[in-house]
Amino acid sequence: MSIKVKNVNYTYAEGTAYEIHALKDINLEIPDGQFIGLIGHTGSGKSTLVQHLNGLVKATSGRIYFNERDIYGENFSMKELRSKVGLVFQYPEHQLFEVDVLSDVCFGPRNLGCSQAEAEKKAREALHMVGLGAEYEKRSPFELSGGQKRRVAIAGVLAMEPQVLILDEPTAGLDPKGRDEILDQIESLQKERGITVVLVSHSMEDVARYVDRIIVMDHGEVRFDGTPKEVFRHYKELEKMGLAAPQMTYLMQGLREKGADVDADATTIEEAADAVEHWLKSK
Amino acid sequence: MVRAEGLTFYYERLDEEGNVESKKRAVDHVDLHIRPGKFIAILGHNGSGKSTLAKHINAILTPAEGTLWVDGMDTKEEEKLWDIRQDAGMVFQNPDNQIIGTVVEEDVGFGPENLGVPTDEIWKRVEESLDAVGMLKYRHHSPNKLSGGQKQRVAIAGVMAMHPRCIVLDEPTAMLDPNGRKSVIQTAQRLNREEGITIILITHYMEEVVEADHVFVMDEGRVVMEGSPRQVFSQVEELKKLRLDVPQATLLAFELQKRGVRLPDGILRNEELVDELCRLKSKM
Repeated sequence: MSIKVKNVNYTYAEGTAYEIHALKDINLEIPDGQFIGLIGHTGSGKSTLVQHLNGLVKATSGRIYFNERDIYGENFSMKELRSKVGLVFQYPEHQLFEVDVLSDVCFGPRNLGCSQAEAEKKAREALHMVGLGAEYEKRSPFELSGGQKRRVAIAGVLAMEPQVLILDEPTAGLDPKGRDEILDQIESLQKERGITVVLVSHSMEDVARYVDRIIVMDHGEVRFDGTPKEVFRHYKELEKMGLAAPQMTYLMQGLREKGADVDADATTIEEAADAVEHWLKSK
Repeated sequence: MVRAEGLTFYYERLDEEGNVESKKRAVDHVDLHIRPGKFIAILGHNGSGKSTLAKHINAILTPAEGTLWVDGMDTKEEEKLWDIRQDAGMVFQNPDNQIIGTVVEEDVGFGPENLGVPTDEIWKRVEESLDAVGMLKYRHHSPNKLSGGQKQRVAIAGVMAMHPRCIVLDEPTAMLDPNGRKSVIQTAQRLNREEGITIILITHYMEEVVEADHVFVMDEGRVVMEGSPRQVFSQVEELKKLRLDVPQATLLAFELQKRGVRLPDGILRNEELVDELCRLKSKM
């Protein structure tokens, strides 16, 4: 079970003066259960790429395989793909529309043909997964706080029981605690339920803290693909692409420039604290 | 520049007949005084009242109780409305919601045109403002081809063209990539330093607050903490309770203190922490 992207190209407005080659020969394999961070500057092609993964945009050339089946093949059901690969857009709370939270979350499973009772069961489970208890079910989604609304929107996708969850900047505009709560919940979904997560983010600190693997996009190409430590070692190249490294990478580099023999690979607070402690105790 | 006394504001919920059904207090007896030329940051969790407070500064909202003065003008005096809005400009989170022109320079000219500024003067202001935010070479571009950071800088230029004395930025970097974030914050800092414009920055990114002159922290509509960034960020545990955070260098220093490393409180920047750590190491 996996997603395989083979030689995918995508061109906007092909054959016109506005032609843009948004994806250039993308090759990727996303195995089950990974937590992936997708980073890149505005316009680097990351949103176009994730829209290919659930079939919203069709590649100009190349193939995408979901669980070994060609998604552009004749007998492949796009509807099924979209229920298995859930996409949470930026500011998903703008898409809430129902009179109460439970009905809103039921919309997805109902659309997939579930009975009302079945849909409600799935919706309750999804709300539980994002940390919203039964007391929220009958409330209007518009009365909730920003962070709560966003969790309802994420639950709406989770209720379709996806195997892969793609989130496009799920924490933009949330306060630090709200950001941590959402990312912690996503992490536990990935760890406990084995859901594959693709997190599109502009926060290098969040990416360093949560993901197993980082994919870096630049001008429609994959530039780096590796663990956070491996990728952030290239911080100077990342800066040239309009990105950055986590603050901790810069701090460790600052120590090294002063001659400190400290492990410079730390990208999170915990890792940096360990590395500094080790260095202070060393002879 | 901006002074509030007992500023209180309620969001009212109306029933079907238009009667007030319930009232929620969003800003609760806020007193503050912001001097001209300062760089001010306002922190607070979602729903703490900071955006509601900000909307009072250019009279989008007016106080239910108490008073807010902008440059000595009471925002409740309706005849002062346009003077206040010209004096205190506002930039919002989503650049796509505030750009209206089809060409960058037209968008920037919209504000002064609306104020009735003569045409020659409008073009002069457009040029100066685009230059001030580093976007002059994009003057003939279409705004929808720009990156998020560039759009936000065009939005700031649009405010600058009205010759304000104060700019309120309400989470201007929330939707931007690292480069865009940096360019917008540097622009705000430069306008403050070089043009003497009072900046009031609302943000959830603690790193952006480090260089501010003064920080206000809001919770449940009240100002619950204020001081220099160093004073405010020394209170790591209290800020966490308020759903906030501290800069990464401060957080690492705090974590090391917990592990018994003797570091001073209030470290804000990477360079300070590097220096302190090297000093400690040399004494060992």
